[in-house]
Amino acid sequence: MSKPKVATTSLAGCFGCHMSLLDIDDRILQLIELVDFDKSPIDDIKEFTGRCAIGLIEGGCCNEENVRVLQDFRQHCDILIAFGDCATMGGIPAMRNNIPLSECYDEAYRNGVTVYNPSGQVPDDPDIPLLLDKVYPAHAVVKIDYFLPGCPPSADALWAVLTALLTDQPVELPYELLKYD
Amino acid sequence: MPGMKTNHASRDSSNNAGDCCASGVVSAQNENKIKEICREFGNDRSRLMDMVRAIQSAIGYVPPEYYDLIAREAQTHRVEVQSVVSFYAFLSDRKKGTVIIRLCNDIIDRFKGADAVAAAFERELGISFGQTTDDGHFTLEWTACIGMSDQAPAALANDTVLTNLTPEKVPDIIRALRENPDPQSLVTECGDGNNAHELIRAMVNNNICKRDEVLLGEYNPGAGLKNALSKTPEEVIDEMKRSGLRGRGGAGFLAGLKWEFTRNAPGENKFVLCNADEGEPGTFKDRVLLTERADMMFEGMKIAAYAIGAETGIVYLRAEYAYLRPFLEDTLKKRRDAGLMGISVAGKEGFDFDIRIQMGAGAYVCGEESSLISSCEGTRGDPADRPPFPAIAGYKVSPTAVNNVETYCCAARIMDKGPEWFAAIGTEKSAGTKLLSISGDCERPGIYELPFGVKVSELLEMVGAPDAMAVQIGGPSGQMIDCSRFGRAISFEDLPTGGSIIIFGQDRDLLEVVDAFMEFFVDESCGYCVPCRVGNVLLRTRLQQIRDGKGVIEDLEYLTKLGKCTKRMSRCGLGQTSPNPILSTIENFRPVYNALLRRDQTGFQKSFNILHAIEDASELTGRRSVIFHA
Repeated sequence: MSKPKVATTSLAGCFGCHMSLLDIDDRILQLIELVDFDKSPIDDIKEFTGRCAIGLIEGGCCNEENVRVLQDFRQHCDILIAFGDCATMGGIPAMRNNIPLSECYDEAYRNGVTVYNPSGQVPDDPDIPLLLDKVYPAHAVVKIDYFLPGCPPSADALWAVLTALLTDQPVELPYELLKYD
Repeated sequence: MPGMKTNHASRDSSNNAGDCCASGVVSAQNENKIKEICREFGNDRSRLMDMVRAIQSAIGYVPPEYYDLIAREAQTHRVEVQSVVSFYAFLSDRKKGTVIIRLCNDIIDRFKGADAVAAAFERELGISFGQTTDDGHFTLEWTACIGMSDQAPAALANDTVLTNLTPEKVPDIIRALRENPDPQSLVTECGDGNNAHELIRAMVNNNICKRDEVLLGEYNPGAGLKNALSKTPEEVIDEMKRSGLRGRGGAGFLAGLKWEFTRNAPGENKFVLCNADEGEPGTFKDRVLLTERADMMFEGMKIAAYAIGAETGIVYLRAEYAYLRPFLEDTLKKRRDAGLMGISVAGKEGFDFDIRIQMGAGAYVCGEESSLISSCEGTRGDPADRPPFPAIAGYKVSPTAVNNVETYCCAARIMDKGPEWFAAIGTEKSAGTKLLSISGDCERPGIYELPFGVKVSELLEMVGAPDAMAVQIGGPSGQMIDCSRFGRAISFEDLPTGGSIIIFGQDRDLLEVVDAFMEFFVDESCGYCVPCRVGNVLLRTRLQQIRDGKGVIEDLEYLTKLGKCTKRMSRCGLGQTSPNPILSTIENFRPVYNALLRRDQTGFQKSFNILHAIEDASELTGRRSVIFHA
């Protein structure tokens, strides 16, 4: 029987959650005994090659590209896990949610103290995804099956969740794995 | 509809431009006024509510530039002053109109046409709700239930109650107020009973539809107190316990037991507090008791004071009932003059007792006993952690018995007629009668005194609502039941209620009702604890998505889980009951939800609209989306 597949992505996140995933250290050797990686920055596969058992989502959605990728994940994965505070709640990027988008553009491209932009033009290249009106947590865009908080969630927490799901065991997250200070 | 506390839109921000030359004189006058008011209340920080209210009625609002002065005079901190002014809906840090018209926005009023009345006010004054006219005469505001659901739509014009409003009446009201800015001049015809008393003179009607022997029947004033004083305090408590009287505010704790705890708690000064802050939408029975049975309530408080050994009583009167205050103060004065209060009450040596009235300022949460105590102490109406319960550490950290108006009235009757007489009425676990406030879609809304154990179906027949679709028992914080449950009985062991019964007819949109109730809780949450402050907003948002046709089956599980979490984790009764409208309708009216929900295969959230989300960026960059505008 072929191994189940796992896909991962970092949307409006800082890749810190993926770094935490790499912090499982040599356990990654055990992980690849259990699974194959599909679309993921870890193996640099850009598009899905087939149906996946688990999709790991880092970050919320700040632009249309994030939305497209997240919907793609929903269509290809049986289970989606939002991991990290940006995916589960919007996190740091969502701090812009109280500021109108036009003011964000002004600050970034027109009036910021280090900006030189006499024409006042804001970037409009089709390759640059359009920003959303605000930053959405993953579950506001698609159905999410599991949430793993933390900034980032620890490698041990990620390990506990992944191995439990892949071996059909109940997820056990003792207090120590969800305690952040 | 704008939240009433958060809405700071006003058109009169530049109104004080002409005052500048006289400002020195004005501010000196104001400062003297403030000092005088604070002195009147003994410069006692625990009377801050009264000071701030008095300052507002003298100056028209509580100007932030005087916060420091008020704090100094009240021997407290500036932040205390600021938090009191910002907490209560009826206090303001901005200048408002000479006449503030507060239209009740609860669902009963809306179903009776409050929105059309609101539109008429807006048309007549040329302003929106939350605004003040340029001439500074009028401010329009929404407010939560003002206890007039049986004569809705209703409004307050300053302290004056306006009932049975129609859009046609509005132009006349405004014209009259332009000629004479005293809203009391609008009262040309008074209501029945004491509503016509010279110190009340309100157009409010009692609407008493059914009297029974405990509260609204024959009453022999003073008999209960006399009887109580002939016994020892322990005997009084014993009789109260034997009567089986349970608290009428809704929670139903045994009153005798509460008094016993308070009596036995260590502490020199003990207090008797009366909760006359009936803020539960659809409740107006205390309004009628305060109007018609004020003596009975004071008598009950005195019996409680004698039983627990208290020298001070406080009636916490909601701001919406300010029109009853002169009458209540006068009743107290008459009792003092008759020797029924003060030193050696009713000739009983060593029993000294007096009562003061503490005015509220528009905050539903203050009906919760620990919030009510905070408010009496002159602070924000924040609830407190329990234990310790008020019986051990309540007002000013002293043993305090807090009971409802109706509970004290019952106590006075029990001491007159005996505990066995009382216990024989009602059911085994719910002794006595209950005063019910019936409103909504029925022929005869009003006050019904009925023995506990009355079935909902009997009630509906009595009030003239034979084909009701749903009945909300116990107000928004209670539960909504469907016709298959109309055989159940009003009692603590079956369907408990503080007195609010709202009836909805067949053609009502129940989820509109639920949405309105959730709006109320979102507005009234004090914000202290996260589950209540955030949970109610999330619950309402998801409910609105369902109403918009963007819900999926899984949303019901989300609402149920989040609702239960909010109830379990909240600090006080507000958050512990606020999810009930959603939870009880999911349980009892599942088909209403099912009709709106879709089964979803994609896993995409229907509430998320990508085209709407990229609209701003598309406009700002001047291009279309290459992904989604295909």
